[in-house]
Amino acid sequence: MALTLVFVEHHDGELQKGSLGVLGKAIALGGEVAGVVLGASQEVAAAAATYGAAVYACDDTALAAPLPQPRVDALEALVTETGAETVLFAASVLAADVAAGLAARLGAGLNWDLTDLRLEGGDLVGTRPALGDTVVVDVAWKGTPRIGLVRAGTFEPAEPTGGAEVRPFASAFQDFSSQAQLIERTHEESSGPSIEDADVIVAGGRGLGRAENFSLCEALAKTLGGAVAATRAVVDAGWYPYSAQVGQTGKSVSPRLYIACGISGAIQHKVGMQSSGTIVAINKDPNAPIFDFADLGVVGDVEQILPKLTELLQARGA
Amino acid sequence: MKVAVCVKHVPDATAQKRLDPTSFCLDRSGEGALNATDLNAIEEALRIKDAHGGEVVVVTLGPAKAADSLRKALAMGADRSILVTDDAAAGSDLLATTSVLAKVLEREAPDLTLFGQASSDGDGAVLWAAVADRLRRPLISQVATLRVEPAAVTGKRQTEFGYDTITAALPAVVAVSDAINEPRYPSLKGIMGAKSKPQEVLSLADLALDAGESGDAGSRTQVVAAAPPAPKAGRVRIDDDGSAAEKIVAYLAERKLA
Repeated sequence: MALTLVFVEHHDGELQKGSLGVLGKAIALGGEVAGVVLGASQEVAAAAATYGAAVYACDDTALAAPLPQPRVDALEALVTETGAETVLFAASVLAADVAAGLAARLGAGLNWDLTDLRLEGGDLVGTRPALGDTVVVDVAWKGTPRIGLVRAGTFEPAEPTGGAEVRPFASAFQDFSSQAQLIERTHEESSGPSIEDADVIVAGGRGLGRAENFSLCEALAKTLGGAVAATRAVVDAGWYPYSAQVGQTGKSVSPRLYIACGISGAIQHKVGMQSSGTIVAINKDPNAPIFDFADLGVVGDVEQILPKLTELLQARGA
Repeated sequence: MKVAVCVKHVPDATAQKRLDPTSFCLDRSGEGALNATDLNAIEEALRIKDAHGGEVVVVTLGPAKAADSLRKALAMGADRSILVTDDAAAGSDLLATTSVLAKVLEREAPDLTLFGQASSDGDGAVLWAAVADRLRRPLISQVATLRVEPAAVTGKRQTEFGYDTITAALPAVVAVSDAINEPRYPSLKGIMGAKSKPQEVLSLADLALDAGESGDAGSRTQVVAAAPPAPKAGRVRIDDDGSAAEKIVAYLAERKLA
């Protein structure tokens, strides 16, 4: 297979686990693979190049802000220059916009929400759960380039190995790509263990009833050595900090155990946690969508169940 | 200010969704409804019109029945609708859908094009970025608050890390999140008035689109197989009778999760 490029995303220079996972998967599939790091320092590109593949890097100032359209320009330039046949992304707010813009630019097919990739007779085939995960479809591309967007949390990154080559490249930028400009960033500093690295997550939603009840989630999380997450609704309501938000516009997590407390399981939340190993859901509403994909669904009152659960687990010395 | 809103007619939330066994396309023969998060985009467009005057046009590509969803948008207050419907457009993937919508939007030349957050029937929350690229217009997506000025829009974009405030020159493409507003319900007067609003229905030929730009021929992806998911072992459902905590502990212990 000809060259496969993997978009290696970084946030202020911090490489994102999901995209390193996709890079590892692409390497495992075989053929020539290279990462692409855009708008980061030489050091960040060099760090990305320790994950088993060479890295193309462009640090043009047009790429300084985390905006999608200049990234489409740079990737178009790189695909044209290298003749890459496949470009893979790990889903994120930024990556989704870049992947779709690139598909339109190159006239290429885009398959999204992929949970696996394999080669069949030399052709790339993706797996995608559809219709609320009630059916699994195999998706293919007609011709090249192929663009794939992998569901968040699907592949774990490999451990870094030796350093590979960093190949700087230059790109031209479209006029319209610079018409959207970042003017302000308001990012909260996160405290406590990062939910992205936690083995166990206890998450709270509207069904907790009030902000104070997050203490029930915190107590349970502490007992299990885990972290606390929240839905967008309660973050918007000011019950819990933004850094704990899981979902389409929050973080994507895939812990071994996800305990959802008072969370209905709307699609916007589901996309951020559906790759979790085991999902336990506690909710008063027996019709909550979360029961459709929870491994253990408990219809009941979180205010009653959580303190007791914490107490029992403490007694076991969990 | 002229605002176009791209919407989608999706299978009703209560309907059992299924794929056609031969084409692997979503069977769209059942009951449909206007995609829920598109309501936020329509609401935002109506608020922009209230503040700045102008016109709100709703646009969709879909089956003939998608006219029902457009009528709901008209009942909410949109001024007119455009439905592109054509047997040859069935099965359009992202690229083919982008070609059709971009053609309509080029013809309409709105100052602002709005999208909702994601459709409930399995699109990837990606269409707006493809359309913006095809139109060669600046894009702001996942917008939780939007400020519109005569020549620019400023949106607060929600990302994994917090809010990025982004400003873009008009004409622009903006995809709003469902945090942006509470959509209004159509009034009785709105529902009655919707019927008499202009509702344009276009074929691919009306848009001078080549057959190769839409439907299966215009698509660069395909579904090659469909199967039920591997059964998830041990899915359990319990109603709390006072012993739920014990049962959860037992469940976790059995799986060595506690």
